[in-house]
Amino acid sequence: MIANVLSILFSLLGGFFLLVGSLGLIRLPDFYSRNHATGKSDTLGIMLVLLGFIFYEGLSLNSAKILLILIFVFLTNPTATHALTNAAYYSGLMPYFTGDKKEEEKCTSP
Amino acid sequence: MDSFFLYFTLILTVIIFIPLIRVIKGPTIFDRMLGVGAIGTKTMVLILAFGILYNRLDMFIDITLAYAVLNFIGTIAIAKFLHVRKVKDDSQCP
Repeated sequence: MIANVLSILFSLLGGFFLLVGSLGLIRLPDFYSRNHATGKSDTLGIMLVLLGFIFYEGLSLNSAKILLILIFVFLTNPTATHALTNAAYYSGLMPYFTGDKKEEEKCTSP
Repeated sequence: MDSFFLYFTLILTVIIFIPLIRVIKGPTIFDRMLGVGAIGTKTMVLILAFGILYNRLDMFIDITLAYAVLNFIGTIAIAKFLHVRKVKDDSQCP
């Protein structure tokens, strides 16, 4: 009984974080800030939902496999977003900038 | 408890459609890849919820693991492919 309550609680909390991550992916103004939204919020949401599934399953082989998937997502999801950010910064995508652009920054030395 | 997972799957399906907007109208290709990765990670949760809903969790967990590996490798490959330095346009400079 209490496992079901914990499962529903963690699943709904994880669903909330997934929704927040999706809304941040739409509403934020820049690529880097969008990356921030989906890199952290989605990882936390997925981890909470999988924790809820583990509580629903109980102690079995399936819950051990779900725990392995949780560890895998925890390792790989920030790595993927970091690789995308590194590629974007290296290929010259400028961050969102409010303020006066200096003229001499356009013509740096070759 | 079964109806909870049914409604959870329905809500998750609605949530998956939100990053699709960013994939369609992303200004750069990095935004599109970010949206594709977000859709893939949410689809993993959807497949696991299907497994609980159909009482075949042992089969769907393996599908989820393969999907997670494939999603990660795809994003890393695209990021490696786009990791090139852009040539600066210095024709405006004196």
